[in-house]
Amino acid sequence: MKLFREVVAVAAKDVRIEARSRYALGAVLPFAATVLIAFGLSIGPGRTLLQETAPGLLWLAVLFASILSFRRSYEAEGEDGALEGLLLAPVDKAAVFLGKAAAVAGQLLVLEVVVVLLVSALFGLSLGSEPAVLAGAFVLGTIGLAGVGSLFGVLTESARAREAVFPLLVLPLATPVLVAAVRATALATGSPGGGGGSWLGLLLAFDVVFLSTGTLVYGYLLED
Amino acid sequence: MVAAERLMGKVTARRGERLLGWSALTALAVSAVFSLVIAPPDAEQGEVQRLMYVHVPAAWLAYLAFGVVFASSIAYLVTKKTRWDRLAVASAEVGVLFTALTIALGALWGKPVWGTWWTWDPRLTTTAILLLIYVGYLAVRRLPDSPARRARWGAVVGIVGFLDVPIVHLSVLWWRSLHQLPTVARLGKPTIAPIMLAALLVAVAAFTLVYLYLVAFRLRVGRLEERVVAEALSPRLGEPVDRLMQDVDLPVEAPAGG
Repeated sequence: MKLFREVVAVAAKDVRIEARSRYALGAVLPFAATVLIAFGLSIGPGRTLLQETAPGLLWLAVLFASILSFRRSYEAEGEDGALEGLLLAPVDKAAVFLGKAAAVAGQLLVLEVVVVLLVSALFGLSLGSEPAVLAGAFVLGTIGLAGVGSLFGVLTESARAREAVFPLLVLPLATPVLVAAVRATALATGSPGGGGGSWLGLLLAFDVVFLSTGTLVYGYLLED
Repeated sequence: MVAAERLMGKVTARRGERLLGWSALTALAVSAVFSLVIAPPDAEQGEVQRLMYVHVPAAWLAYLAFGVVFASSIAYLVTKKTRWDRLAVASAEVGVLFTALTIALGALWGKPVWGTWWTWDPRLTTTAILLLIYVGYLAVRRLPDSPARRARWGAVVGIVGFLDVPIVHLSVLWWRSLHQLPTVARLGKPTIAPIMLAALLVAVAAFTLVYLYLVAFRLRVGRLEERVVAEALSPRLGEPVDRLMQDVDLPVEAPAGG
C-alpha cells in the first residue's frame, strides 16, 4: 500500500511537470505527425500500400516519439539537482521507477489516441473491426515501452547518451513490442497478416519481464 | 563463486593464458584437418557445407559468451567485486566478435545455398538483434567517467539484454511463421553423419578454447587498465596501489589533470 502511494506521488509529480511545460503537446506530438507525413510521402499516394503498411508506420511513429518522451522525463530530473532530491526522498527506488513509467505511459497513451486518429485519416486505416484487441495492443505495448524507457532513461543523465546511445539501446530491446503490437494492430484493424490474440500474450510477457526486472535493478542504475 | 574467482585468477596468470593460447591454436589446427580433410563433402551442398564447422561453433560461442555476461553481471551486483565486471566486459566483447562472425559466415553460406545473403529467418533475425543489443551494451559502458558507475550500468544492461533475447526470438518466430514461406526452402535437418558430427564437436571444442583464450587475454588487459588508473591515483589519494586495485568502488573519478 505504501509502495502504491509512493508510485502515485512520483507519477503525479511527472504528470504535473508535463501539464505545466506541455512538452508532449508542443514537441512530441508535432514530431509524431511529422514522421507520419514523411512516411506517407516516402511510400507514395497509392491507397492500398498505405493501408497495408499503416499498422507498422503507426507503431514506428509511436516508438520514435516515445524516445523523446523518455528523454524529457529524465531531462526534468537533471535540472536543479531534482534527481538527487528524488533519491534523498524517503521513497523506495522501485516506486520511482514505477511512478515514472506510469506517468510516461499515461502521456504516451494520450499521444497514441491522436496518432491513431491521424493514421486512420491519412492512411485510410479502418478502426472498427476489433476495438478490444486494438485497445489491448496499445495499453500493453505502451506499458512495455514505458518500462524499457523509464529504466534506461537514467542513462540520458550522461550527456553523451542522450543523442545516440539511448535509442541504440532502447530500440533493439523493444523489438518484441514493435513486432507484437504491429501484428495485433493489423489484426484488430482487419488488414491482412494478423494472427491471433497470442500477440497480446507476448506483449503481456514482455511487460511482466521488464517491469519486474526493472523494479529489481533500477536502484543499481542510480546508486552512487 | 569463490572457486570461480580463484579459477579466473589462475587463467589470467601469464602461464595459464599462454597455455590456453597454445591449446586453442592446436585445437584449431586439428579442427581444420577434421573439417577440411577428414569430413566428407555434403551430398547435396558439396564443399560449401564445410562452412558449418565454423558457423555453428561461432553461433554457439556467441550465446555462451552472452550467458557469461548475464551471470557475471549478476555476480557483480551481488558481490561488487570488479573482477566480475571485467569478466562481463571481456565476454561481451568476444561475444560481439563471435556474433558478427556468425552473421558473416551465415551470409557466405546462405548465398550459394539459399541464393541470398540474407533472409528474414527467425534465427538470423534474432542473431542480428542480439548483435545490436550487445553493441548497445558496449556503447553504454563508454558513457560514465566513474568505473563503479560504468560497472553498474553495464551489469544492468547485461542482465536485461539477456532476458530480452528469448522474447525477441519468440516474437520473430511468430512473426515469420505468419508471413509467406521463405522463397528459398530451408533444408530440413538431415541426420548428420557420425564423422561430420565428430568434426563439428572438435570445432566447437576449438572455438571454446579460442573464446577462453580471448577472454583471459582481455581480463589481463582489463586488470592492467585498472592498474594504470590506480598508479596514477595512488600518490594523490595517499593510498597504496594494491588497495586501490582491490576496492575500485572507492571514488575513482580522475582528479583534474589525472
